[in-house]
Amino acid sequence: MARNDPTTSAELMSREVVPPLPASRPAMPFQDAAKLSLADSQLRYNMAKATTTIRAKRLRAVGELPDWEALREAGRAIKDRTLRHLDKYLIQFEESVTRVGGRVHWAADGEEANRIVAGIVKAKGAGEVVKIKSLTTDEIGLNDALAREGIKAHETDLAELIIQLADERSSHILVPAIHKSRAEIREVFRRTLKNAGDLTDEPRRLAEAARAHLREKFLTVPVAVSGVNFGVAETGTVAIFESEGNGRMCLTLPKTLVSVMGIEKLVPTWRDLEVYLQLLPRSSTAERMNPYTSFWTGLAPEGDGPEEFHLILLDDGRTRVLDDREGRQALRCIRCSACLNVCPVYENTGGHAYSSVYPGPIGAILTPQLVGVDNAGSLPYASSLCGACYEACPVKINIPEVLVHLRGKVVRRKQEKLLGRLAPENLAMRAMAKVFASPRRFRAAQRLGRQGQKLLMKEGVIQRLPGELGGWTSVRDVFPVAPQTFREWWAQRERAGRVNQDQPSSREPRP
Amino acid sequence: MRVALFITCFNDTLFPQTGKAMVTLLERLGHRVEFPMEQTCCGQMHYNTGYHREAVPLARRFVEVFGDAEAVVSPSASCVGMIQDMYPKIAEEYGDEKLRRDVAALVPRVHELSMFLTNVLGVEDVGAYFPHRVTFHVTCHSLRALKVGDAPQRLLRKVKGIDLVELERWEECCGFGGTFAVKNADTSAAMLSDKIRCVLDTRAEYCASADNSCLMHIGGGLHRQRTGVVPIHFAEILAATEDDAARDARTA
Repeated sequence: MARNDPTTSAELMSREVVPPLPASRPAMPFQDAAKLSLADSQLRYNMAKATTTIRAKRLRAVGELPDWEALREAGRAIKDRTLRHLDKYLIQFEESVTRVGGRVHWAADGEEANRIVAGIVKAKGAGEVVKIKSLTTDEIGLNDALAREGIKAHETDLAELIIQLADERSSHILVPAIHKSRAEIREVFRRTLKNAGDLTDEPRRLAEAARAHLREKFLTVPVAVSGVNFGVAETGTVAIFESEGNGRMCLTLPKTLVSVMGIEKLVPTWRDLEVYLQLLPRSSTAERMNPYTSFWTGLAPEGDGPEEFHLILLDDGRTRVLDDREGRQALRCIRCSACLNVCPVYENTGGHAYSSVYPGPIGAILTPQLVGVDNAGSLPYASSLCGACYEACPVKINIPEVLVHLRGKVVRRKQEKLLGRLAPENLAMRAMAKVFASPRRFRAAQRLGRQGQKLLMKEGVIQRLPGELGGWTSVRDVFPVAPQTFREWWAQRERAGRVNQDQPSSREPRP
Repeated sequence: MRVALFITCFNDTLFPQTGKAMVTLLERLGHRVEFPMEQTCCGQMHYNTGYHREAVPLARRFVEVFGDAEAVVSPSASCVGMIQDMYPKIAEEYGDEKLRRDVAALVPRVHELSMFLTNVLGVEDVGAYFPHRVTFHVTCHSLRALKVGDAPQRLLRKVKGIDLVELERWEECCGFGGTFAVKNADTSAAMLSDKIRCVLDTRAEYCASADNSCLMHIGGGLHRQRTGVVPIHFAEILAATEDDAARDARTA
């Protein structure tokens, strides 16, 4: 989607410039979208503050467990085993859910899942649904699809509500409004909620305003839609982890419950949950336990909870991810968001720059796999490969490894086309590979560089580089090719003979 | 010990003073230093940017050039990380059984400088003298890929006269990331400005590190801003002695 660069800071500040979430492909390359976010000083302040706080909290929460590394390893192993035998466990899960009174639907893609949800809502004669925060339903664009069918979806998670009222998109897996300050939230509420005219930006007052708005919905709307944190193949149990209690309301008050679950959210047995009950809260909100954890196994006795439970099992590209031996580890993800919080790139750019439902490091490896590298080719490059994400990941997804793997795919795809082969980067990389293939050519290139840089040198450094390399010199000087390279010095030293050679001065000045 | 230097293409071309410092240091510790002239580049830039096929011949060249070495030592944590972590993957990805065997045989002999000094040679005090205030930037690849721990800092703490100051938020990436700094220049610059603020807060004269690639980035920013803080590879600090200081004083 085309968008003009905002010209004033007021335009940048009004998040109206953030493009609506595209159905399947990122709207603009990461580096362009990031430029926009980086220019927003309020956003950067909000992000730095939030991520710094949660980082310290997570380290404390994780540090309390002496067996944290063993838990991570268990978290990885259980998910890997599940993914290896996903076909078997999915069938078992379907049987279990059906046995306890649920109805299972299979959806190959988002469109099909949306159609199923809309069908269920319409069959109930309902025009509204209440929703528990769910990335999966964001991924398939459920709210928009329902709106097209005349059905209004009410988000009930506080942050998700803020985003919905502001007509924006989430910028964080767990804290969708992380990029917003209290003052900004107050403005959104004053604009959109009833009786919010004299609202202050006290968190308590803001929460009260949201509560008053939501309570009415919980009591009147007949259908709830949720995502799923974990499904248990053995028992047919479905689990939701949440903090605010809005989920518990949705799971118990409406007569019909529809849960949309990515097929990778499965664990084989009830016992396996003990691992994730420890890993998830500490990694995501840095709490020992999240305030509300709901499990439901089919239907409860009459009058206690929903009378109808539909479970939609969603593929939407996941089996394709499973097909990639290196990339499939992304399917272990339990959506904790620890990788976002520790990522220095995410801290600076915020989530919108990823133009993806899944931002941050996990988004950079998951989105290109779900929508194809052709549609999200900039995301695998949205990382300095620092590895902080891998270190924090509770299920040990080696994100840098997958990023590099996906970069390989991006390059191979480019090289298949003539235009890609003629791109400056490809030509430069091929030429350099050729240079490095021979020490003779390498020496010649060093000498050529030393000659060539004379035109660019100023006060001993290069202050401006042309073309694609210009980004480097926007904030940094370049240290030039040395007057004598190491190999030239070594050759000279060898010729002179080691004995007579002066010891090199250990501290030669840099330019 | 017979030590073969893998100086890396980058240090060879731009920062020869680091390689020379390694020669001084290792010879002072009584080792025989060699520099196989056939070496070029480990292929990290190609591989990490996605040019995997182009990196294969460079991996083959590396194991050929260094195959017989008793120990290969390099001043770059990220290049050593490339060899240790990525070469086995390259061999597997391209089904090169010979490369896989050669890599498996060579990798245990390839060392990053600080790990070579502390783990293989078992020295911490290398007899250096450097009477300056220094802060140390921990590179991501040394911290998370190679897991060198505090080996460079342990070496630096034993340097006479040094005033080693810890960098705030030291575990955070400086924003270099190879071609990341060019492809995502704005994000890289934002990360750099965070790092530079932390460096300046230490009031150090030198910003040291275990990799000149990060230093090219941090140092380039420090230089552009005319901060006067000098980037320096820790090998250059370990090579410095009281004789050097005396000579500097005479020529100053």
